[in-house]
Amino acid sequence: MSIHNFNASWFDHFIRGCGMTVLILAGSILNPTAASAAPFVPSDNGEVLERLPTPSDAGQRELRRLRAELSKKPNNLDLALRLARRYITIGRTEADPRYYGYAEAALNPWWNLQVPPVEVLVLRAVLAQARHAFDAALADLGLVLDVDPRHAQAWLTRAFVLQVQGRPNEAGESCGRLPSGISPLIAATCRGRVESLSGRAAEGYARLEQALERSPDADKGLRLWALTNLAEIAGWRGDGVAAERHFRNALSLGLSDAYLLGAYADLLLDGDRPAEVRELLAGSIRVDALLLRLTLAETALGDPEAAGHVAALEARFAASRRRGDARHRREEARFTLQLLQRPAEALGLALENWQTQREPADARLVLEAARAAGAPDKAGPVLEWLEETGLEDTRIDALVQRLWEGEV
Amino acid sequence: MLRRFLVTLITVLVLIPAAAQAHKPSDSYLTLAEDQGALTGQWDIALRDLYYALGLDANDDGAITRGELKARRDAVAAYALARLKISAENKVCALRPTEQLVARHSDGAYAVLRFAAACPAAVERLEVSYRLFFDLDPQHRGLLQLVQGEANESAIFSPEAPVQSFTLGTPRPWRQLRTYLWEGVWHIWIGFDHILFLLTLLLPAVLLRRDGAWRPVGGPRDAFGQVFKIVTAFTLAHSITLSLAALDVVALPSRLVESVIAASVVVAAINNLVPVVTRRLWIVAFAFGLIHGFGFAGVLADLDLPGGALLVSLLGFNLGVELGQLAIVAVFLPLAFLLRGTGFYPRVALPAGSLAVAGVATLWLIERAFNVAPLVAL
Repeated sequence: MSIHNFNASWFDHFIRGCGMTVLILAGSILNPTAASAAPFVPSDNGEVLERLPTPSDAGQRELRRLRAELSKKPNNLDLALRLARRYITIGRTEADPRYYGYAEAALNPWWNLQVPPVEVLVLRAVLAQARHAFDAALADLGLVLDVDPRHAQAWLTRAFVLQVQGRPNEAGESCGRLPSGISPLIAATCRGRVESLSGRAAEGYARLEQALERSPDADKGLRLWALTNLAEIAGWRGDGVAAERHFRNALSLGLSDAYLLGAYADLLLDGDRPAEVRELLAGSIRVDALLLRLTLAETALGDPEAAGHVAALEARFAASRRRGDARHRREEARFTLQLLQRPAEALGLALENWQTQREPADARLVLEAARAAGAPDKAGPVLEWLEETGLEDTRIDALVQRLWEGEV
Repeated sequence: MLRRFLVTLITVLVLIPAAAQAHKPSDSYLTLAEDQGALTGQWDIALRDLYYALGLDANDDGAITRGELKARRDAVAAYALARLKISAENKVCALRPTEQLVARHSDGAYAVLRFAAACPAAVERLEVSYRLFFDLDPQHRGLLQLVQGEANESAIFSPEAPVQSFTLGTPRPWRQLRTYLWEGVWHIWIGFDHILFLLTLLLPAVLLRRDGAWRPVGGPRDAFGQVFKIVTAFTLAHSITLSLAALDVVALPSRLVESVIAASVVVAAINNLVPVVTRRLWIVAFAFGLIHGFGFAGVLADLDLPGGALLVSLLGFNLGVELGQLAIVAVFLPLAFLLRGTGFYPRVALPAGSLAVAGVATLWLIERAFNVAPLVAL
């Protein structure tokens, strides 16, 4: 149950619940292909079976060129690093973990060396972080910083990992170690985010806003990152209007970025604006987290597409569990809570996720699930963490207040 | 310039969000099914991955059509099957593609490769070596389902664990029953001593001993009644001792058992020549049947019984022995019944047969009791 309808009447909940049940049932009957995979023989030679990342795209062309070059010179470290960085960048914006695997393959000759080159270690850490192997990432970063205590990328990645692990104070220290030659916008984003996670939201927000004003010519990708962070901080502080303004500014940069889309969609869902979410995410069904938000919007709108998407999400989570992948716990918990409406199960997943990820969104999930499952005491670890960090998040504050009230 | 490079590099890398805004990573789904010793496979491989490995998009328009996939179907099969090695008992199975289809999974279209695996050895211990895409994407995983009837085992192949072994589960009870049933039948057929003993007892079953002379029994009812009693008594007796021995309740030295079995055949044959016991032959059958049961148990022990399903195999073996005996009776009884009235049967067949049996069994007895090399080759 998302926050925005906490005040809705029991009848409203009842109707939504019934509608969802019908949709899910209909989905499993009408749209079996979404979940199962019955082999078939395609009827027509022209039938498109699969769409690929646009090969005509300049970025993709460059990738292909580098890949061909590296296959001729697989032991050329510079080339391998260049290709790996490209893959990682695309993997991030497309939210496609295949590219992370390709990056790892490019670095294969150095990957398991006793002492890999420093730059390989950095990328190994970045890739570990992308796999949610946070401890492995921190270990590699430690090795890098032992050798090169001024390594900007290492400090930045370290700050990010610690922040995700819910250790904002340590993350802040890492931001503080960023070398002075680094772009002020990067440093401000690092510190601003961490400050707003540790009880100094106004300070962090102001710092980041100022840095953005002072860097109008910064790299587009960097501005997008800073704006997304600024918007999130505004959202945590309960300033939905500012958050929306920053998100729109970020979108207007014209870069595709799955994280930005997801974060903006969450703001819209919280504001009970599902129609806009459906429009925003119409083409994003490949990315699990975005499909989840799209499906939430469709459900709120009574869109018949929702059923098929619920089935698809269920199949994807099942597949990822089969593979032993823990990356999707946050999404799976939210899916189980808000779409399947199985709060007890969702609480288990949310708590499991809390073991590795501790950002505001993860805390919120535990609180929502604990409340819906009528088990407020299970949220104890999250309450302690909130106490410890002093996180300022108006929605979380409201949730904590209502935690013992139970629901529906 | 250097600064610019540094900033770009950092921008590029720091942006990776920890939140799992992810596509599904690359997986393939491999199902291996064993049925009656035959091994078949189905392998679902994402077109995205095949594209990255083989470049399926012939016209480079960002879409893979059925036609484009079809044109490369042999290449797809060759590429994939070259990266999968299945061995049974350390002997490599030849993989032959049988069919290629398409399936839609939750994250896109997959090529579905069906294949047959021709294994030179029995499919009991399988070793699967999986290396698809590991060179291109070390995060690729091969998800295996191993299906054997109702049983189902799963495994995940990764670059860290590309080779894994599987022992196909304990066979289902009925299959086991069938196996041991066959062993039972087989054993009674190759166990000449049991056949000879039974036949020796059955030879006079179509006759009656009266006033020191053999007379044919009246009708089939009488003959059948006699045979029925003898066979049942023999069966009952050896079932009891077979079970006791198999369950480790009683154990007798095999040399003693084998010698007594040979002796039982000699005694039965001599009894036909110089009748001592002429009535209630079923008691003789029962008494010696007890010893024959220990003989069967020795065979069963050599078959290496699976501990978990001892009773099932015991039952199967017993039933098999019974079926084997019935087959012998079914051939013997009508023949003997038809010949019973002729002078040939009591005067030639019975004594000559019994004498021959006595001779052979005596040799067996010597071989077994004194542990000497075979005196008669059978």
